[in-house]
Amino acid sequence: MNRDALFAVLRKDLLAVTRSRGVMIPIVLVPVVMLVLLPLLVTFAPQLGNLPGNTLSELQTFLERAPAALKASVAGYSPAQQVAVLALVYFFAPLYLILPLMVSSVIAADSFAGEKERKTLEALLYTPTSDRELFLAKALSPWLAAVLIGLLGFAVYSVVGNLVAWNLLGRLLFPNWLWAALALWLGPAVAALSLGVTVLVSARVNTFQEAMQLGGVIVLPVVALVIGQATGVMYVSTGLVLLMGLVVWALNALVLTLAFRLFRRDNLASRL
Amino acid sequence: MNPVIQTHQLSRRFGEILALDGLELEVAAGEVFGFLGHNGAGKTTTVRLLNGVLEPTSGQAVVLGLSPARDGSALRRRTGVLTETPAVDERLSARENLEIYARLYGLGPAQARARAAQLLEQFGLAGRADERVGGYSKGMKQRLALARVLLHEPELIFLDEPTSGLDPVAAREVHELIRGLQAAGRTVFLTTHNLAEAQLLCHRVAVLERGRLRAIGTPEELAGRLGGVRLVLEVTPATLPAALSLLPKAERRENGSLSVPGVRREEVPALVSRLAAGGVGLYRVSLEEPSLEDVYFALHAEEAP
Repeated sequence: MNRDALFAVLRKDLLAVTRSRGVMIPIVLVPVVMLVLLPLLVTFAPQLGNLPGNTLSELQTFLERAPAALKASVAGYSPAQQVAVLALVYFFAPLYLILPLMVSSVIAADSFAGEKERKTLEALLYTPTSDRELFLAKALSPWLAAVLIGLLGFAVYSVVGNLVAWNLLGRLLFPNWLWAALALWLGPAVAALSLGVTVLVSARVNTFQEAMQLGGVIVLPVVALVIGQATGVMYVSTGLVLLMGLVVWALNALVLTLAFRLFRRDNLASRL
Repeated sequence: MNPVIQTHQLSRRFGEILALDGLELEVAAGEVFGFLGHNGAGKTTTVRLLNGVLEPTSGQAVVLGLSPARDGSALRRRTGVLTETPAVDERLSARENLEIYARLYGLGPAQARARAAQLLEQFGLAGRADERVGGYSKGMKQRLALARVLLHEPELIFLDEPTSGLDPVAAREVHELIRGLQAAGRTVFLTTHNLAEAQLLCHRVAVLERGRLRAIGTPEELAGRLGGVRLVLEVTPATLPAALSLLPKAERRENGSLSVPGVRREEVPALVSRLAAGGVGLYRVSLEEPSLEDVYFALHAEEAP
């Protein structure tokens, strides 16, 4: 494995990404909205006025159906405090996954389909890098960026969450096992899956926009998870996150193998 | 002949389309070899096959003693390819473009920096080396792409339409560069549909038509195959219809003169006498050797359905 070539491609792709407004805007904006503004809004909204009756009854219904561990985590709190704990620790957990997923997908679309669109891929194909080195280098940049931004998002969210929790509950909520498993295990797995799907899509399309639109379907399981939890069909727990991580990593082995097969020089050059 | 490129029945099919059909080719070391053909003739496919970027459907190629299909990485370390579009990363600076590619071609960090600086200077880009390439003119991007081809000092250089879109001054600079490369002992495989360029620069040319090799030889050899010379006449405007009726093969040029292709030298005195006897007023009579362009169009006309 030629590490110099690998780092050269990595540097090239990351430099190109940081200099593209179209790529950087969602990467900056989405975490700020999802991990700072939204949690503040949801947890502080009940403080601004009394909780309406229907919210209280919905909360009651949700808690009645919830597993014992979840009930125990909010036992003894007022309804407003319960809303804050449930929102910060549980409801935002699946939403957090959108961050590594989106970052990986945007950068991979730029790196694979975008490079085709900008007609810079051909020059790269004429370099001595092997197909495997090229694939690995181009796959590493979206994945590493997604994992790093995911961890940074987790750190920022922990600070915001703890400030809110300290103010409302007089205690800290982060870090905890659930979120550690999300940030360190399931998040990187989801980033890799999103990358693999975007590479598969990018092999068939010619523009960044097309790759983004088609690759966006990967967000659907996360949306299902959010809805499933909100409707009480399933509850996010540390065990579930670890299990999901295992499944997604297994899926990655398949998707990334397929993606690598499509990334062969001959296949790419045939479509230029 | 010490061949650096040898192909035998090299073919490539894309679905139903046979892009390259049984190419037989030999290119000698140190040669500037022109590869001519219309768009879609199979030129770029050939360059990709010769660099191991595409795999042949059938047939073989040996380039610099290596098999492109099997030893692609090792081969590409010794070749440099200028693609049809400059393919430089517009979000990066010229220096970044060169340094990153230098690393991809195996140069160490200090070596990559030094080589990039040297080429930026050589190609007149040093003054704007740290600006993003997106703001460069087309000519500057092409110069940068050419500089990138030379980063690792390749033995065999493929140039795909190197002067496409360049102004005459920039095109002449590229021609000088090609001559310089040839003088330095490099082999240049020049893909072009600029026939004047091929005639000016190439030792030998090959003409590709719909994936098939139609002709190969020096420009003079190919022109010789046409037979005869071109007779160019300037006649008085009043006698132009008479001249055209006496010379049915004559073509009118934009400057008003008449051009008669495929005339044997020994026919010329009789032709001129006939024109004079027919009352055609002649200002000027001259002979032109057939150009590569004549050959190219003749071959194309033969191939056309």
